[in-house]
Amino acid sequence: MTADHRLTLNVNGTAYDCEVESRMTLADCLREKLDLTGTHLGCEHGVCGACTVIIDGAAVRSCLMFAVQAQGVKITTVEGLSDGDTLSDLQQAFHDNFALQCGFCTPGFLTTAEAYLAENPSPTRAQVQSAISGNICRCTGYVPIIDAILDTAKQRQEGGK
Amino acid sequence: MTTSPPYIGSSVKRLEDQRLLTGTGRYIDDVKLPDMAVMAIYRSPYAHARINGIDLSAARAVPGVIDAFCAADIDMDLPAIPLRLAPFEGFERFLQRPIARDKVRFVGEPVAVVIASDRYIAEDALDLIEVDFDPLPAVTSVDQAASGETLIHEDAGENMGTRYTVGRGDADDAFAGAAYTRRERFTTNRHGAVPMETRGLIAEFYPDKPLLRLHGATKVNFFNRRHLAAAFDLPEDAVELMETDVGGGFGARGELYPEDYLVPIASRRVRRPVKWIEDRRENLTATNHSRDIVCDLEIAATADGRILGMRATVQGDMGAYIRTNGGVVASKAGQFLPGPYRVPSFSCDVQFLITNKTPVGTFRGPGRFEANFCRERLLDMMAADLDIDPAELRLRNLMQPADLPFRIGELVPGDVNATFDRGNYPSALNRLLDEVGYAGWKDRQGEIVDGRAYGLGIACFIESSAAGPPETARIAVSPDGSIEIRTGASSVGQGTETGLAQICADYLETGIERIAVLHGSTTLVPTGGGTFHSRNTVMAGNAVRMAAETLRARCIELAALRWNTEASGLDYRNGAVHRGDDPTVSLSLADLAVFARSRGTEETLAADAAFDNEGKLSYSYGAHAALVAVDVATGVVEVEKYVLTEEIGRALNPAMVQGQAVGGLVQGLGGTFLDHMVYDEDGQLLTGSFADYLLPTSTDLPDITAIALEESPSEFNPMGFKGAGEGGIVAVAAAVGNAVVHALNAHGVQINDLPITPDRLRAALRATGA
Repeated sequence: MTADHRLTLNVNGTAYDCEVESRMTLADCLREKLDLTGTHLGCEHGVCGACTVIIDGAAVRSCLMFAVQAQGVKITTVEGLSDGDTLSDLQQAFHDNFALQCGFCTPGFLTTAEAYLAENPSPTRAQVQSAISGNICRCTGYVPIIDAILDTAKQRQEGGK
Repeated sequence: MTTSPPYIGSSVKRLEDQRLLTGTGRYIDDVKLPDMAVMAIYRSPYAHARINGIDLSAARAVPGVIDAFCAADIDMDLPAIPLRLAPFEGFERFLQRPIARDKVRFVGEPVAVVIASDRYIAEDALDLIEVDFDPLPAVTSVDQAASGETLIHEDAGENMGTRYTVGRGDADDAFAGAAYTRRERFTTNRHGAVPMETRGLIAEFYPDKPLLRLHGATKVNFFNRRHLAAAFDLPEDAVELMETDVGGGFGARGELYPEDYLVPIASRRVRRPVKWIEDRRENLTATNHSRDIVCDLEIAATADGRILGMRATVQGDMGAYIRTNGGVVASKAGQFLPGPYRVPSFSCDVQFLITNKTPVGTFRGPGRFEANFCRERLLDMMAADLDIDPAELRLRNLMQPADLPFRIGELVPGDVNATFDRGNYPSALNRLLDEVGYAGWKDRQGEIVDGRAYGLGIACFIESSAAGPPETARIAVSPDGSIEIRTGASSVGQGTETGLAQICADYLETGIERIAVLHGSTTLVPTGGGTFHSRNTVMAGNAVRMAAETLRARCIELAALRWNTEASGLDYRNGAVHRGDDPTVSLSLADLAVFARSRGTEETLAADAAFDNEGKLSYSYGAHAALVAVDVATGVVEVEKYVLTEEIGRALNPAMVQGQAVGGLVQGLGGTFLDHMVYDEDGQLLTGSFADYLLPTSTDLPDITAIALEESPSEFNPMGFKGAGEGGIVAVAAAVGNAVVHALNAHGVQINDLPITPDRLRAALRATGA
């Protein structure tokens, strides 16, 4: 067995202490050690995007990263997007657009979209389609997800955010 | 939070969303129980092999491993996984046991189980399991299976699961005198539901109580409970199936699988809760596949294109075992071949062939997707042969409103009463033709724009909904006025909680905010039917309506007692009982719940109901149109525009109906172009990961218009609902296939096989010299 490492992970603004084996993925660490189960695993080989988290502003597949690599970075998971029970504007737009059905892929879409909108605040429809093309949804057919992201971008532009 | 009443027919925002958007949903892998162990499954690496021996000693010696077992270690008779649907005679010879004993018959079949303190250790130990296999030749096609050269289940003496012929009228007579006939072979690609959440279960088995609690169950929990209780020799009420949030079903999830037995066995062995979560590779080899049929279809018609008859042979590749869904896929493919058309005579030979592949079950629109592709492609060929416009040909042959209701005949053995209910099929097609601007496209088929060839294809469909046992609902009002609905129906992510709350709110004339919906678990209601065949809105929806109606009556009874007056002078409206003789007083639902409680500890304000449609199905129907652009040089097809119409009787929640149609359509584009379980000649699955098994992504989308029609409410339930979950997918391959052929009409290419891939299309084009 591999040796355990003591880590302090900065997730959603909170410092979490944990002990992990070298081989433990960040996704498993978030889910099993920190009990942040909003990050989901759909394929465990980096294709489906369900496990996407935001690391120092970038959308990252937490199934393809070891927990020990996350020491010292700033991690945002889906649990960090809302303000308590108050949905973020992006989450609200997903709700308003019926952009989720089973909800399993949703955390990955939200984190991917947040990271993308920070980079490109006023995307075209085609750019949004491309930005989320690494995330798989089996329920919605993507159309309402694209609408929700565009609505959020528009609102942020109009709101001067 | 939501719109105001009436809620039925309004796009009420989903009650499920808050938890799912904030990462606080509770899917099965999010459930953690004290002292819980995890298990992993060693699965056959061979498609067909004898097992000479299994050595688990090295696996058992791994620190952290609690136990390991194989068939020989299990001290119970391993039951056969039962047939739930289409249980045709002969299938009983091909049922699967939860774990292989002497022989494996597909890659992915369970052979041994390791239980450990965590999944990393369990998977380490899997690598140390030694199995002495004696490989056998693999059967990987229906032709090989039919030859019987290699027997997969020796005791059966054949690889034919079963075979039957169904029909109506005298097809041979129709063909003998027909001016026009054509015969074609079509194949539909093996693919599957592939929900984003893989399967998973947690078993808590307490033999001394006795109690088996199985978390992660869904879809048909009461059927599954009955069979699990029998398998483990427990009374039914000692088995509890618990539903969590479910990350998509589409037919595959919630059936009884080997793991539904193996996880309880593991828990019983180690006397701790045991969790199993399927990984994606397991999901692609162990969860039901679907769609894999070969269909020889022949049509006879008059010179002016009126159909006289159809003859067909449908061969379903069933994989290695017949699982719970029995013969649904191929039998429904046979039944729906004539579709919504006047087909006076029909004869269909249906064969279910056993091969060394993953077993087959249902996937959204089972058999319909396949049947529509075959029939609608052949109709377009006939239209071209007879020089009739494809839309005109369909309008000439569609059943007219006066033809309905129409008893279709016994096209599935035993299904003697199947009857298309009332509807207006030409209206749904005409609406589609208008929306897509068909008249403008008729003469532009094959037009080259910017180097790509354009084609518009259309297809019609009919689709049954809401079969099966009655569904149950219970509505209870708490003294604080909150309302709880419990139902035996499951939610697999489609918005069931929202839909049922809408119905309850309208029938109780109250706000939707105070309603909570609990579903699926066997601990909630005494029995239930479950969730399949687009049935929740029809079956559970009407059960909720009936429970609400009973509850209103109960409110009036209680108010009469409370006021010591005659019930006849009382009136229920706006969520309260009012006195006819004194408009200033009323008793709210909360008041009545308090009063009920005051009459005794057992007394609650609650009502139960069960809705039974007595086998009378409502049929959704409609039409699809696809506009495609084909790059002749590369064989790449882009679907630019897609329009569909679907008659659903009445839309409970139009935005959710839209979600079903669009989601189904995009899934169907995957089945048409991408999703493909490819096996090699040794029976190895070559597309066993998401790197190889391709699903539609956000860049694959056409401009979509999905129109739900509400012109023909169902006669079989007072709210008029028909199923709305599958009409979006069932005609996609049909419409797209026709569109591609029209685009390439200069080259004479035909599409008879799915998926439509660039390499296949290029090969076909090359053969024509393009």
